[in-house]
Amino acid sequence: MTWHAVIGIEVHVQLRTVTKMFCPCAIPAEGDLPNSKTCPTCLGLPGALPVPNKAAIEKVLAVGAAIGAAAPATTIWDRKNYFYPDLPKGYQISQLDFPLAEHGTIEVTTSAGTSRVRIRRAHLEEDTARLRHEKGSDGKRSSLIDYNRSGVALLEIVTEPDIRDAETARRYAEELRLLLRTIGAADAEMENGQMRVEANVSIRPSEDAPFGTRTEVKNMNSFRSVEKAIAFEIARQAEVLESGGTITQETRGWDESSETTYTMRAKENSHDYRYFPEPDLPPLAIDPAWLAGIVASIPEIPSARRARYVEQLALSEYDAAVLVGEPRAAALFEASRAADATIDAKTLANWVTGEYLRAANEGAAEPDPVQFAALIGAVSRKEINGTTGKELFAELLGGSFDVRAAIAERGLGQISDDGALKKLASEVLAANPQALADWKAGKQQAMGFLVGQAMKASKGRGDAAQLGTLFKVLLDA
Amino acid sequence: MSGESLRRATAAELRAAFQSGAATSRAVTDELFAAIEREDGVLGAWLHLRHEEARAEADRADARYATARAAGTAALNELPPLLGVPVALKDLVNLTGTPTTAGSRILEGYISPYDATIAARLKEAGAVILGKTNMDEFAMGSSTEFSAYKKTVNPWATDRVPGGSSGGSSAAVAAFHAPLSIGTDTGGSIRQPASLTGIVGMKPTYGRVSRYGIVAFASSLDQVGPFARTAQDAALLLHAIAGADAHDATSSRSPIDAALLNLPSGDAAASAIRGKRFALPKEYFVAGMEAGVERAVRDAVAALEAAGGIVEEVSLPTTEHALATYYIVAPAEASANLARYDGIRYGASKHGGGDLLNGYLETRGRGFGPEVRRRIMLGTYALSAGYYDAYYVKAQKVRTLIARDFDRIWAAGFDAIVAPTSPQVAWKFGAKMSDPVSMYLADACTLPANMAGLPGVSIPCGLSENLPVGLQLIGKPWSEAELLSISAGYEALTATAAWRAVAPHDLAKLGGGAA
Repeated sequence: MTWHAVIGIEVHVQLRTVTKMFCPCAIPAEGDLPNSKTCPTCLGLPGALPVPNKAAIEKVLAVGAAIGAAAPATTIWDRKNYFYPDLPKGYQISQLDFPLAEHGTIEVTTSAGTSRVRIRRAHLEEDTARLRHEKGSDGKRSSLIDYNRSGVALLEIVTEPDIRDAETARRYAEELRLLLRTIGAADAEMENGQMRVEANVSIRPSEDAPFGTRTEVKNMNSFRSVEKAIAFEIARQAEVLESGGTITQETRGWDESSETTYTMRAKENSHDYRYFPEPDLPPLAIDPAWLAGIVASIPEIPSARRARYVEQLALSEYDAAVLVGEPRAAALFEASRAADATIDAKTLANWVTGEYLRAANEGAAEPDPVQFAALIGAVSRKEINGTTGKELFAELLGGSFDVRAAIAERGLGQISDDGALKKLASEVLAANPQALADWKAGKQQAMGFLVGQAMKASKGRGDAAQLGTLFKVLLDA
Repeated sequence: MSGESLRRATAAELRAAFQSGAATSRAVTDELFAAIEREDGVLGAWLHLRHEEARAEADRADARYATARAAGTAALNELPPLLGVPVALKDLVNLTGTPTTAGSRILEGYISPYDATIAARLKEAGAVILGKTNMDEFAMGSSTEFSAYKKTVNPWATDRVPGGSSGGSSAAVAAFHAPLSIGTDTGGSIRQPASLTGIVGMKPTYGRVSRYGIVAFASSLDQVGPFARTAQDAALLLHAIAGADAHDATSSRSPIDAALLNLPSGDAAASAIRGKRFALPKEYFVAGMEAGVERAVRDAVAALEAAGGIVEEVSLPTTEHALATYYIVAPAEASANLARYDGIRYGASKHGGGDLLNGYLETRGRGFGPEVRRRIMLGTYALSAGYYDAYYVKAQKVRTLIARDFDRIWAAGFDAIVAPTSPQVAWKFGAKMSDPVSMYLADACTLPANMAGLPGVSIPCGLSENLPVGLQLIGKPWSEAELLSISAGYEALTATAAWRAVAPHDLAKLGGGAA
């Protein structure tokens, strides 16, 4: 029997801010001593008070604007009350009724095409401390609390139940991360918990049947596991229903090693968080001029940029997706075009997604976009050939380097003069009589050998295509 | 100056004596510590004394006065007004390195690792911080009987309460253990004990004084304020602690009135009453008000009128709803504010058995006293799903109506509201302990100002049954200087009144019974 899945995604992302959400503590970094980035406020000491981080608010407003969401005229903060050792105040400052962004959309492209996921809301809240359970030297189990993460600004972004398959869910998460990185709101590294994805999954027998009972899937530490966990959960629910069982509303964890989900918490006995407006923080009026300034500073978002590359620059969907998917690649592409608008976009895209990304992934330094543009210009105008281009590119990564000067000084200009190439071809053929014999015996690779020798003799400056044509004439003479 | 005169001097008098060299801060500090040593066994105002730190602060102040005296009058006048003046802090003000218990067992042994903004400002002002005073647990109570640590008596009658929740701070000032002290007022916790111990106590406008570092009871109502024996002294202390604070998002940038440093006195103060318009709200003369209290308050109103003040009876019809509303809003906020006392990071803890829930229940069940537990339950209930709209949301709407009631008074051109502070004089220990509502009613006249965020001051206005009665003045937002000026005027008008000559008459008993 065919089942139709309904998926909603809730993501928590640590915002890229200098300080925490409600106190002046720095954001903890890898290797910090536990509890070294704390103060009375994020430790919940008696008498401490929160003060909102304006930069965090601006980032969420920017995210909202980027997804076409509406910002409230005035927002308030709310206290969400519950007891847990990782929550120092016994309540989390969050936003209930007036999230900083409501009703947006994110466009997602999968193997099946492009679809739009509606965003219900995005709001700001503070992160909890980190709990570590371990056995001490005395063999006793103990729980340790590191409050470094306590109070870090978190963006919670919730979709409508618009997603219908696991691939779209993964792509949504990837697209969200790309968007957050593009506008500088977050680094959103899933692997170290900066971005936490939870999926509400249910299935139903047909597209128009009412929603089934849902489970919430957590602990997915990569985009790959988001897709796998949801696919597993859909299959698991189908199996339960087909064997006559019922789905229990519960929170399930994804186990990476067994690639299964397991029960973490049975349906919480309808937790009452007793939300109420945070009396320590006055309501925040969103000044229209402030918001307009934020909106004006948002860079082109990924979906718009992809569309522009395809429609205006005639790049393939694939190239557009690769370029936009790597913010640094898109940045180099844009900067190069800014330096020289006449460069062929397709050639530039090939170099950025090819040579540049290969080097960048190996940790190379960033090239100067002006010089990079000069290089690609020379290649696309056939002033130099591809081989020379690659050699110059390697030098370009070394630091200050003048591409045009190097081409001129070293005489690297491509030889495309017919007479010069004809002379070269004749000399190479005369020096390699065996190649002519091979060619006559039907060995096609003799041609490649000869072109290679000619390129070598010209120190790579010959026009390889032109040489091929010339050799063919000489060999068949 | 020496001995008893040092001990009884006001802050303004001390300032003058320090400037002239007639007295030293160290001598005053020693004198006060000696009095505390002799008497606090009976008075019970203090929870923690800073003998060494305070003396060091006094010595530093004296050195600055000496240097300035050598440099001349201008240098002396530039010294901060509270330099060398002793101050007591209610034991919910965090002060680095000293215990902060908020009167609760759950914070027993807790040492503050940071300064409240007002503590930092008092240090900056060069005040001598003598120590921390007793209070109702987490400022919940009107008699200081809910302190988990000790009983504080009223220096006017040692079998009676000093009021609360800032009873330790009011008793200390009334008993001449300090010229100044800090209290907090959420529903009347400064004004009511000031009334019951015969001193001046002001709750400033909400946002006037930073709450950063003040153990919270109800965030939207709590305000820090001064206790003193004169309006002028209260103004000096308020000036030192007031002002915007980057650590408190609810603190206001409204400018601090420099007039606080130059309050009128004597005839100038008295004549400033002329032409002032006073609103006398009939609802504040509540059922159950003691006849002697009403008489003293009406006499005070008559004195204001005789001095040229214009008094008109007005109606504040929402007054009767303030108490019920308050007892939803304040406990609701408290139920969340007190959630941090969970035994995980600091304070008393009963965790460790491996059962987290049981650890919470034991820690909080044993760490909190009965009134705190009652209010946490009230507040939790009011915020619960299904009750939130009927209680909390409705209470907030009524709160808006209460504020509008006051707005109408200011729109009608009144300068201040005059009313009783407490419907009763200090009552005997235990009189209200078995009936929480009767204790709550003690704040019926003070908590409307908290609900509306308005400044209010209680000043002594006579005696009933030989016990002090307080006159309350409530003003429009940011009118602290005006309220205190009127208070100074009233002090001048009644300077020779017979009741002013009566000192706290059980003072003598304090020394005799020292433990």
